[in-house]
Amino acid sequence: MLTLQEIMETVNMVQEENLDIRTITMGISLWDCTDTNPRIAAQKIYDKICRLAGSLVQTGENIEREYGLPIVNKRIAVTPIALVAGSSMADNFNDFAITLDRAAAAVGVNFIGGFSALVHKGFTKADHKLIDSIPEALASTTRVCSSVNVATTKAGINMDAVYKMGQAIKKTAEATAENDGLGCAKLVVFANVPEDNPFMAGAFHGIGEPECVINVGVSGPGVVKKAVETVGDGDFGILAETIKKTAFKITRMGELVGRTAAGKLGVPFGIVDLSLAPTPTIGDSVAEILEAMGLECCGTHGTTAALALLNDAVKKGGSMASSYVGGLSGSFIPVSEDTGMIKAVEAGALTLDKLEAMTCVCSVGLDMIAVPGDTTAETIAAIIADEAAIGMINKKTTAVRIIPAINKHVGDYVEYGGLLGRAPVIPVKPFSSASFIRRGGRIPAPISSLTN
Amino acid sequence: MLTKTTTKNGEGNRIIVTVIGPDKVGIIATVAQVLADNKINILDISQTILQEFLVMVMVADMDKSTGDMAAIKDKLAARGREIGVRIDAQHEDVFNFMHRI
Repeated sequence: MLTLQEIMETVNMVQEENLDIRTITMGISLWDCTDTNPRIAAQKIYDKICRLAGSLVQTGENIEREYGLPIVNKRIAVTPIALVAGSSMADNFNDFAITLDRAAAAVGVNFIGGFSALVHKGFTKADHKLIDSIPEALASTTRVCSSVNVATTKAGINMDAVYKMGQAIKKTAEATAENDGLGCAKLVVFANVPEDNPFMAGAFHGIGEPECVINVGVSGPGVVKKAVETVGDGDFGILAETIKKTAFKITRMGELVGRTAAGKLGVPFGIVDLSLAPTPTIGDSVAEILEAMGLECCGTHGTTAALALLNDAVKKGGSMASSYVGGLSGSFIPVSEDTGMIKAVEAGALTLDKLEAMTCVCSVGLDMIAVPGDTTAETIAAIIADEAAIGMINKKTTAVRIIPAINKHVGDYVEYGGLLGRAPVIPVKPFSSASFIRRGGRIPAPISSLTN
Repeated sequence: MLTKTTTKNGEGNRIIVTVIGPDKVGIIATVAQVLADNKINILDISQTILQEFLVMVMVADMDKSTGDMAAIKDKLAARGREIGVRIDAQHEDVFNFMHRI
């Protein structure tokens, strides 16, 4: 029998500490939707998404009511469009993005991921077309998310792709300038991208995935923060243990919701992604967890160590709670989506350099960071190259989701509202990386011995 | 001899109703009335005072329920607002999954 304390703990997590299931994401394979005629391919894509995901939102809402757990987003990830659209004779893949947007609207999901290409070793013709289509695609749709993998530990870094993405980000910012470069909030450049990530904007349905699958992303920075506060001045062993236990409980909710949703939809259950994903809601912040550990302000000395402890404890607790863990699983540090991170930037404690260091020990990377609008494509590419190098060498996923704020300068803000929040424009280095970036070619894959 | 129910105390179809708020006359009666109106059988009630607030937990069997979960939750929440306490209901699985391996 459950005790009163246990029941109240769960109730408090939901009512006071913002425990929620961040997303139920249905992965859908589009391999059977190829056609030389792009119109026919688009129709097949639309029909398949509507057929498989037709009851996704309703099912999610039913589970939400039954269990009393908020499920914030219901989303879709599809096979990278470069692979599906490649066999069509289309010169530009924008129509495929519009098709995805229409399908997402028809089934009622807020985001659909998979306008993607995997180019870590090199480009196909279709990859080139896809990347060239990104700025227009993100400007002419509202729900489509795009991601490009430019590096892996086994293949090295495709520096041509890095440069091309620097240019694509710049063009996307310009194409969506009137919305503060909103397109860039839906565009992620990855190294070592996971193929089962349920979180946007980087979700797509990988090539080793089944026909259709349900992946779940849990969250709960507020719950972890409360737990950390109860530790008081306990030592690091107690701190890590407390976070592990909390992560276990949070992840169990993901497991329950994922299995229930998969069962109701008649689709296999994929993974639980046990990421701590902050939202702009007060108290739902990863930065505040680090501060609750004893740092005066996130970004100060000790932040990387605190984040490393947090990230590892979350993984340990979470992996005990679910049979299948995957995706990005760790701690997210998006600046615009986390009130504590925004405050830390405003206070001058958190800089681009510190954020880069933090990405060495947590999941993902430089996320939702606004930089001045006059930042060059080469500088953006160099920022991507740095992150890709961290991912490649450390055998981990890293990513860059950066927003050049057109006509804005350091100290200005980009404002999106909702889950994407707002971000202060932060400075980049004034020195050029152009000659380095323009070399082209690939950075070779690293040696896996002599690990120093 | 008692007649056997179809499932053991409605296992697999139980909800947990929680009430938090200042103690007053009629809280249990209010919750019980909503549950009775929907043919939901109360299996267990426990309560305590935590930080000057009444905390009450009720385990109930939805097996023969005439209403759906969403409607019952809304009704409970609305009646709770009328008497100045917070009432919520969640499926029992949520608690078992979180606290029991």
